[in-house]
Amino acid sequence: MGYFELIIACIFVNNILLAQFLGNCPFLGTSKKMETAIGMAMAVIFVLVLAGTITWIVHIFILVKYDLVYLRTIAFIVVIASLVQFVEMFLKKSIPALYAGLGIFLPLITTNCAVLGVCVLNIDKEFTFMQSLVASFAYAAGFGLALILFAGVREKILLARVPKPLQDTSIGLVTAGMIALAFYAFKGMV
Amino acid sequence: MTALLFMLFLGIICGAVLSIASKVFYVYEDPRIAAIENLMAGANCGGCGFAGCSAAADAVVKGHAGPSVCIVAGPESAAAVAAVMGMDPGTAEPILSQNECLGGNRADDKYDYSGVSSCRAMAAFYGGKRVCSIGCIGLGDCVKACKFDALVLGENGYPVVDESKCVGCGACRQVCPKNIIKIRTMSDRLLSFNQDDAALAPCQQTCPAEINIPKYIQQIKQGDYEGAVNTIRERNPLLLSCGRVCPHPCEDKCRRGIEDEPVSINQLKRFAADYEMNSGKRLPIPCAPDTGRKVAVIGGGPAGLTCAYFLRRLGHAVTIFDMMPKLGGMIRYGIPEYRLPKKVLQWEIDGILNLGIEAKTNVKFGYDFDLGSLIAAGYDAIFMGVGAWKDYSMKIEGENLQNCYTGIDFLTKFARTQQGDSRLQIPIGKKCAVVGGGNTAIDCVRTLIRLGAEEVSIVYRRTRNEMPANMVEIEAAEHEGVKFHFLAAPNRVIGNEEGRVVGLEYLKMELGEPDASGRRRPVPVEGSETVLDVDMLVTAIGQGPDVSFKENGKRIAELATTRWDTIDSVNPETLQTNIPYIFTGGDSATGASLVVEGIGGGRRAARSIHQYLSGQPVEPVRNSLFKKNIDGTIFDSVPGVIKQKRAEMPELPVDVRIKTFDEADLVLPEDEAIRESNRCLNCCRLCYNKDRHAA
Repeated sequence: MGYFELIIACIFVNNILLAQFLGNCPFLGTSKKMETAIGMAMAVIFVLVLAGTITWIVHIFILVKYDLVYLRTIAFIVVIASLVQFVEMFLKKSIPALYAGLGIFLPLITTNCAVLGVCVLNIDKEFTFMQSLVASFAYAAGFGLALILFAGVREKILLARVPKPLQDTSIGLVTAGMIALAFYAFKGMV
Repeated sequence: MTALLFMLFLGIICGAVLSIASKVFYVYEDPRIAAIENLMAGANCGGCGFAGCSAAADAVVKGHAGPSVCIVAGPESAAAVAAVMGMDPGTAEPILSQNECLGGNRADDKYDYSGVSSCRAMAAFYGGKRVCSIGCIGLGDCVKACKFDALVLGENGYPVVDESKCVGCGACRQVCPKNIIKIRTMSDRLLSFNQDDAALAPCQQTCPAEINIPKYIQQIKQGDYEGAVNTIRERNPLLLSCGRVCPHPCEDKCRRGIEDEPVSINQLKRFAADYEMNSGKRLPIPCAPDTGRKVAVIGGGPAGLTCAYFLRRLGHAVTIFDMMPKLGGMIRYGIPEYRLPKKVLQWEIDGILNLGIEAKTNVKFGYDFDLGSLIAAGYDAIFMGVGAWKDYSMKIEGENLQNCYTGIDFLTKFARTQQGDSRLQIPIGKKCAVVGGGNTAIDCVRTLIRLGAEEVSIVYRRTRNEMPANMVEIEAAEHEGVKFHFLAAPNRVIGNEEGRVVGLEYLKMELGEPDASGRRRPVPVEGSETVLDVDMLVTAIGQGPDVSFKENGKRIAELATTRWDTIDSVNPETLQTNIPYIFTGGDSATGASLVVEGIGGGRRAARSIHQYLSGQPVEPVRNSLFKKNIDGTIFDSVPGVIKQKRAEMPELPVDVRIKTFDEADLVLPEDEAIRESNRCLNCCRLCYNKDRHAA
């Protein structure tokens, strides 16, 4: 499979949010305003690329080598959590401008299942280092795409007359389901 | 076993990396931020208006929020936070929500929302479907957003804030798509100036003191006279004086005046002001907590008193220095008793001094004290409101003869005589002439008539239409029997052998081409010399500031002044001079002008001084409307107005008033005031209440 297909597959066909249904809490939580959604999308891209590659290295060079693959989940969680904390401190000190933009989203991603999910998928599909780097980026881009699309829709919904019982999160979930249906059309393309 | 070892290893690695990172990438953060964050509810609810508890804690430490910012944790938390910050929780200024658009009763007339029930939706669809881009939509998103029941939709369909319940959380401001709900502390309110994107009626745009005129008239209409007094006092502390002497430029722009007679705005101000004075008690005036900064105000006239009043309300310590025996400046010594009784003025000044302002009188800047002594005494900023006390001279032969006086000199000496200083008594002539056409000249003639002069004339080189004095004053002088010699330019003053004035020779003039000011320039007629028999002459042809203090001290000599001797400011909106800690305002900055202009200038300078003292850059407000009108808000026609006569000013009959210095103009009776307040169209930028009933 070439990199182009890989990218298409990760962004559209296997969209992490709308096809794999991972990371739904930030999907609903940060999609009320376009501004927040864009910030979150950027933060996810940033963290996922880092986490995807680091966990790949940890897996191949430590877990496989010492035959500890059954510890994968717990090891990945510890590594990702430390990584995010580290990155947050690094940004705060070294790149305050980026920190100001992404700062409040970084801690939210520590416990994001999409991040862990992508890391695990990279391993399960037996990607090479380059492949997992590209896949991590593409999955994150797919996350961002879905989130920004959804935020746009939700901003419009604000103007619509929504029945009282369906307001806010419930209409959000209904809409998310509809967008997921639309993404279903990509199934089988790659 | 390996698993255990591995996890231990991984844990140690991660822990070590993070702890090293926290040392390497350590950014100093005020420890109080963490301490305060712990004291907050930790709900990250955003109800305080900040992005989460840590942002709120940060704001408290930076001084952007008060200790009571957390709306969930309650008063114990506020007390604990205040303890961390070393503040007294009780002294933090309450932040209140205010609806700026007071729209009146016209919401029903203008909008058809076809069932939509949210302001934000309306704003997104049609921009609110309004003629006016800034006004309230009136669907009450703010009411729904308020968690404290402090907002209700009032009977006019506009949100009304219950100040006792409002905690200033800002939820209403966040949801309002029109940005008309403002969350402000008292200090913010006192320091706000007209902005070109605000909800301002033409009168409020025009008033130099920027009083919220429609608001106080509505309050009078509803019988809330105390509320009206408080509304005026947010902009003008001299409401008794202004209500008597202001030439009310606001009334010239009154929309009712376009189709009908303008609302008698100033008489309503006087009505509210007199109500407070006659009620026998003073309304409380709140002040912000003390800041520990000291300001010297030089000159206790309208500008100085206003500046001192606002600085005191902002929490600064103020001392006023004045060269005269009593405060008031030109409104005490220049405006005669019959226009502004000294008893009234004293009551007003006492109210200002009661805020805790110190006054030192009989001390003249540059003589009894100077800049060096103020700085040595620890004053952080200085306001120069020395006024315009130097009469211009006519520069003609004989103007220094005996029984010749200048306007301000004459009025001041007379006022001081009247206030018990008999050494300054002026012998009054039988036939008196006053040269000039301004308010000072009119004040002189009306004073001379009351002093028993048999014949009093005004000599003015242009015609009645060009006279800069207020029309009501000119009319009053005519009623009182003053003779007017128009188109007459004094040529020389004739004296007798004893050096006393016996006549004024003048040249007749005719009007030529318009000059730079748009008034037709008077041109002398050859050989038209005429002599007017007089035994007393007062020249009141204008006055400028006396800046002789600049000769006493090197630092003060650097103070920039203009060629008219006014004190120059870097920016006429900030009134900061070229010496950064010296500010100016009033006549000393503008040249002789209106009392209300001095009041506006005093508040402007107070704002700049406050910025200077709190370390902010001294700059004008954003989108400032300084002395301009908002485009499109001055109409040519005002449909829907039914003509109603404006309230006549009650005044003493002429034969009584020319024999006495009792106040000539009287206050409106209550029923007349309420009737007059009903004439107000309660205008905003573009909309106004139409008259609903045929007369």
